[in-house]
Amino acid sequence: MTLLAERPSPLSHPEEPEHGHEPSGVLNWLTSTDHKVIGKSYTITSLVFFCLAGVMAVVIRTQLASPDGTIVSQHTYNELFTMHGSLMLYLFAGPFAFGGLANYIVPLQVGAPDMAFPRLNALSYWLYLTGGLTMIAGFLTVGGAADFGWVAYAPLSNAVNSPGAGPDMWIVALVLTGFSAIFTGVNIVATIFYLRAPGLTMFRLPIFTWNMLVTAILILVAFPVLTAALILLWCDRHLGAHIFTTTGGGVPVLWQNLFWFFGHPEVYILALPYFGMVTDVLATFSRKPVFGYRGMIFATISIGALSTAVWAHHMFTTGVVLLPFFSLMSYLIAVPTGIKFFNWIGTMWRGSLHFTTAMLFAVGFLIVFLFGGVTGVLLAAPPVDFATHNTYFVVAHFHEVLFGSAVFGGFAGLYYWYPKMTGRMLRERLGQASFWFMFIGFWVTFLPQYLLGLHGMPRRIAEYAASEGWTGLNRVSSVGAYLLFISVAIMVVNFYISWRRPIVASGNPWDGQTLEWAAASPPVHHNFTWLPPVRSERPVWDFNHPEHTTQQHRQSDHATDGLVGVATTGFTDTGEESE
Amino acid sequence: MPLFLLGGALVLGGCNAPTFGAFRGATVQGKDEFKLWVGMVIAGIIVAIIVWALIFWSIVRYRRRRSDEIPRQFHSSLLLEIVYTAVPIVIVGFIFYFTVVTENEVDAVSTHPAETIHAVAYRWGWRFIYQDGNGRSQGVIVQTGAEPALLAQSPNSPLYPRLVLPDHSTVRIVLTSPDVVHELYVPAFNFGRNALPGHPNVFDFTTTTTGIFQGHCAEYCGLYHAEMLFSVKVEAASQFQQWLTAQQSSQAQSGAAS
Repeated sequence: MTLLAERPSPLSHPEEPEHGHEPSGVLNWLTSTDHKVIGKSYTITSLVFFCLAGVMAVVIRTQLASPDGTIVSQHTYNELFTMHGSLMLYLFAGPFAFGGLANYIVPLQVGAPDMAFPRLNALSYWLYLTGGLTMIAGFLTVGGAADFGWVAYAPLSNAVNSPGAGPDMWIVALVLTGFSAIFTGVNIVATIFYLRAPGLTMFRLPIFTWNMLVTAILILVAFPVLTAALILLWCDRHLGAHIFTTTGGGVPVLWQNLFWFFGHPEVYILALPYFGMVTDVLATFSRKPVFGYRGMIFATISIGALSTAVWAHHMFTTGVVLLPFFSLMSYLIAVPTGIKFFNWIGTMWRGSLHFTTAMLFAVGFLIVFLFGGVTGVLLAAPPVDFATHNTYFVVAHFHEVLFGSAVFGGFAGLYYWYPKMTGRMLRERLGQASFWFMFIGFWVTFLPQYLLGLHGMPRRIAEYAASEGWTGLNRVSSVGAYLLFISVAIMVVNFYISWRRPIVASGNPWDGQTLEWAAASPPVHHNFTWLPPVRSERPVWDFNHPEHTTQQHRQSDHATDGLVGVATTGFTDTGEESE
Repeated sequence: MPLFLLGGALVLGGCNAPTFGAFRGATVQGKDEFKLWVGMVIAGIIVAIIVWALIFWSIVRYRRRRSDEIPRQFHSSLLLEIVYTAVPIVIVGFIFYFTVVTENEVDAVSTHPAETIHAVAYRWGWRFIYQDGNGRSQGVIVQTGAEPALLAQSPNSPLYPRLVLPDHSTVRIVLTSPDVVHELYVPAFNFGRNALPGHPNVFDFTTTTTGIFQGHCAEYCGLYHAEMLFSVKVEAASQFQQWLTAQQSSQAQSGAAS
């Protein structure tokens, strides 16, 4: 099997390729099909949406800081929490991972010159940007933006209960960003299957790339369902289809089933990439290989598989789903997630841990996500869910897992790969200050919300009576939100300083282990001028520390220079069968 | 060890166990839920402490001392991997058993409820229609008097409807919605259930404690969702009957007058 031998290898062009014909500046940004330009555009755009949604969260927390909050009207409040959730989930957490960091890093980690379908990649970004702007533009319409929550439950989301252009723009925006995600998913799968460097078998891929493969497959399972459901909802609103309304013989709960069949894989689409980032960061800053590498891959695959069979745990209180089945499936997800925790601890165990900002965020993720995971197991018990569903307990739980992954995990990845993407280092001192504000602010914000939920405070309420006794905990939670705001502000300052007064980053500033660190920072036009031989899952480490490779990985003794031309396509470890 | 402690916690739960912030439950169903809650929280805390301890040990003990140190490059341990896969599966099996037992208790519906109440959740209020044991209407309707866009009042405010229930009785609730999805949520009962358009949901409350409890709509239902409140009053069965009779006569009179 010499599937990859025909491809013009970047190895055969040691000098930097000619690219004087490339446009520069804005024209480059508009016309580029380079995964690095698109990846950076995605990263910046998604971080802008993150900041916008964060400001909305600050307004929401200010409204709730006192009873009978009057900072914003009930209508505005409803728009704010809807758009906060929609921006964070659809426009930040997903696109930041698979459009931003994965787009930039996956081709580098597999040793490829670009994504498999560069023009499709550009189309993904433009669909995403257009969709995002369409959603935000809802605020400019007469009736305001969508205000039916990010889940848009039928029949609240139909034309009678939510009239106006804002909700329509929300629907169209999600169809656009949905297609963007699907195209990116196709691209990632094709890139990982077909563009791997010689010697890079499946079981030598970095964990981040493995997780992106499973994520991309989940995108292909989940997003078409959402896109189809949104089109049905649009038909209900404009063509009188009555699919989700009782009046025409439709079934409102059908929307919930379709939505959560997307929605639960979606939360793993939002988590798995960040698990991957954290894994790579922990291994690099522990100077060790990933512990239980294969077990971790199987854990990721089983999380992906189970995540398609747990959607109705969002619907326990509807009274129309099979409780024991969805409860058991949800509990079972704790098993592979637990395996991952032991992999992460095993990776750090007896390592040499260096606490850069990236490492701090990665360890912060472990601490935060564990608590979110445990409260997730509680919610998977239908009786406990009856008591806490739609309360702040659930709000605290999903912020702990989603904020834990997308923000702690995502910022670990961002700090880790920022030198690769920009050729500049971020200031460590500012980064660490931002981490501590975030870590403390996080607990101050969300621990009181668990208690509020247990004390009976429902989610999505614009105001509450002083007699409820929720004022004190709400106030603490709001203070925490301001700490989080400060943390992000420090980070923005850090980006600004690195832009104005750069400290140049080398190709491999962290003693990284995987192929992206064999490229320059930032990589040249087609990424690599040189690749080390790939004989394990950490070729750059093997090359830099030949006396400290993993003993258990047998070396192929005839491939001693960098020009390994033969790759296996099967799931083999050593590649020796291909001789 | 976690298994043993979980089992112990489930047996002890509900007696003098700490509540971990939750309501103890003012109904039989709510108390069942509370026991499961306590057991699972204790198991969860034990697991979390073990894992956190391992994380903290790693970050303190294995901090880099010299910039050139390279640790031993071990990367797996089959035995350890089997153990940390198998133990969670056993824990899950154990928790799942107690979950199903509790769930069946909470969701059980009596064939002879003392009272049947049709609860209608609508934008933005509640209507409670009382029937006798044979399903005949007793002519009593409690309805919300509140106009939306009041500033939030206590759910005990007379502006909001009050669901009155007899103590130590099993009451059946038949919950529906004429418009969007709502949720009847009584925190002190540890219970919430959706009101779905086109599909009545039926469940029982077996009351154990007199008092006034707050109720909310917990499923977001649009503009005035935050003000869709009610209260539940549980009183001795005799008082309840007096209240019901008084309501019957006053509502019959006002019906005749109009």
